[in-house]
Amino acid sequence: MADETPKPDELLSKMNHRPDTGQDWMQVPVNIRKGMYCYASNPKSVAYLGLPNARPWNPLEEDWKLPENWQEILFEGFRDRLEKFRSFKVFMDICVRCGACADKCHFFIGTGDPKNMPVLRAELLRSVYRHDFTRAGKILGKIAGARPMTLDVLKEWWYYFFQCTECRRCSVFCPYGIDTAEITIMGRELLNLLGLNIDWIATPVANCYRTGNHLGIQPHAFKDMLDFFCEDIEEITGILPEPQFNKKGADILFVTPSGDVFADPGTYTCMGYLMLFHFLKEKYGFDITWSTYASEGGNFGFFTSHETMKRLNAKMYAEAKRLGVKWILGGECGHMWRVINQYMDTVNGPADFLEEPVSPITGTKFENAKSTKVVHICEFTADLIKHGKLDLDVSRNDNKVLTLHDSCNTSRGMGILEEPRYIIQNCCRQFYEMPANTIREQTFCCGSGAGLNAGEDMELRMAGGFPRANAVRHVHAKHGVNMMACICAIDRAALPTLMQYWVPEVDITGVHELVGNALILPGENKRTTDLRSEPLPGMEDADEG
Amino acid sequence: MRLEKLLSDRKGEIVDRWFNAVIDTYAPETARIFKSRGNRFANPVAASTLDSLQEVFSGLLQAADTTQLATALDPLVRIRAVQNFTPSQATGFIFTLKTIIRNILRHELRTPRLADQLPPFEKKIDDLALTAFDVYMQCREKIYDLKAGQERNSVYRAFARAGLISEISEDGPYPESN
Repeated sequence: MADETPKPDELLSKMNHRPDTGQDWMQVPVNIRKGMYCYASNPKSVAYLGLPNARPWNPLEEDWKLPENWQEILFEGFRDRLEKFRSFKVFMDICVRCGACADKCHFFIGTGDPKNMPVLRAELLRSVYRHDFTRAGKILGKIAGARPMTLDVLKEWWYYFFQCTECRRCSVFCPYGIDTAEITIMGRELLNLLGLNIDWIATPVANCYRTGNHLGIQPHAFKDMLDFFCEDIEEITGILPEPQFNKKGADILFVTPSGDVFADPGTYTCMGYLMLFHFLKEKYGFDITWSTYASEGGNFGFFTSHETMKRLNAKMYAEAKRLGVKWILGGECGHMWRVINQYMDTVNGPADFLEEPVSPITGTKFENAKSTKVVHICEFTADLIKHGKLDLDVSRNDNKVLTLHDSCNTSRGMGILEEPRYIIQNCCRQFYEMPANTIREQTFCCGSGAGLNAGEDMELRMAGGFPRANAVRHVHAKHGVNMMACICAIDRAALPTLMQYWVPEVDITGVHELVGNALILPGENKRTTDLRSEPLPGMEDADEG
Repeated sequence: MRLEKLLSDRKGEIVDRWFNAVIDTYAPETARIFKSRGNRFANPVAASTLDSLQEVFSGLLQAADTTQLATALDPLVRIRAVQNFTPSQATGFIFTLKTIIRNILRHELRTPRLADQLPPFEKKIDDLALTAFDVYMQCREKIYDLKAGQERNSVYRAFARAGLISEISEDGPYPESN
């Protein structure tokens, strides 16, 4: 199996110029298996968002309680999107089934299910497209690879479009640049027209729409949690950070995924942010505010429909406008950055009321954020380190042998490849890369992104995460790696579970947790523990009191 | 000649066929790709399967104990425990080794002295199947643990968020013991 991008000759030799008539795969009926799917959406959440066809339904039952005219709804929805999104129409038409993507999907590799080959997953939609929207398909039917929309096809769509994490590894290898993630996005949009979402997405979206974050944390609880972290930091360092909340006229607004505030080990990353901001405030008068309203960087609306994505994302700009900040700093999140980097500027922008981001400490202009006005915290911190603005004691991370999992959305989605590595290598002394075909643009997904990080689909998550875990197992065996860093909140929530199944010796950390450990705060006490309250290297016998 | 020596001499061929038989438990489109092997990080199911089978087969020839065989089987069974297989499909590949050996050594096994050595060796393969089932169950139990852990944590967090949990302070005060 070649893992390099194939050469033209190689592709041409494998190409079959006859259309796929689906003789094999169309005959295989969908088998909705427990452990591979997430529970159906709670109708209350669907209704709260005003999305259509809210009702209780169960994927395992024969009757999905669809509206009577469901086929018509799908046909109209399909047509509407083909007209609206040129890329979608092109992706439906241009695939030549060269197979370059077939073995690149972590879900295909891990599950061995052919319908998880990106080409075949897309074919689930294309076969209906040909039948309904192409002359050849209308006339020739199956011979042209076309099939009508039936209940079985619908169930197949639902099962497999929620077995894709929209990570886009396949698109890296596609010679035509087909973005299979966008096909999944469209597939899910169409399913949402019939109320066929999963609850792990629908309820966080409803929470976020109402309260401002996926978990439904109310403003006072959000603040309580951050105060609680500050007390922990005081216990460890003797310094009590005093973060600012909803401060009008602050220079910068900070937005991070709520997972960092409520889910270990993301909470330690959050402590890292708090310590960094405190350090910068003391040394350089840095003026940043948290918001208890725009309290979510993530956007599960992105996994529902582009309209829902837009509605949730709007709050970030609205809050920046209300507070009158200059620009926005964003935390370690994955799909938040896909939304910001690829969609926000056009769906909610232009944010012409904000300034082009410039670091108030180093004067660096963040050119790539010129338009969106949102800077990734790894770029911000890497720039601080590059200019010698941080005081770091790397020995505090000496008990950690690290590797880096490139989070799909930040690496493939926006090219943040060097910054986390640069930070890690300035905060830690032992760092080893995983094999080249499993990192950077070719990184393997955690297997739980795009809203699939539930408990009930554990088999799917473990199978999908296997290619990643396999590479971790290698660096663990070869170099004794015991910690994997990542810059995504879903990674931080999902990877510890993945590791427990495949490589239990390896734990997960955010990059800013490592920064928090290494950072020397002005006037701090001698530290004996790290942010997890575990002994620092050489302090294993120190008296806790 | 001893059967073990013969099996050791033909190890490459036997493991190769065993590997193909295991991969043939997947859909034909998948099996085609998995069989192409290639880079072990791009095709980890094939690499893990081959490694496991080689190690298990060597273990059988060297009279490895159950723990060693379980360790050798673990990477392969761990994968099959989360794939679309029933328990019998996930572990049944062990028995195909019997057929493969009988086919490959069909001429040699006409010799009574060698044929007599086969039943004890096949008994080892039966025992191996039981070990595989133990490993499979450990993996499934781990999956259930992970599911239960996730549910427990989310319930705990919900309670904590609602302010319903008051943890015992490290400094006490503690109720006096009776």
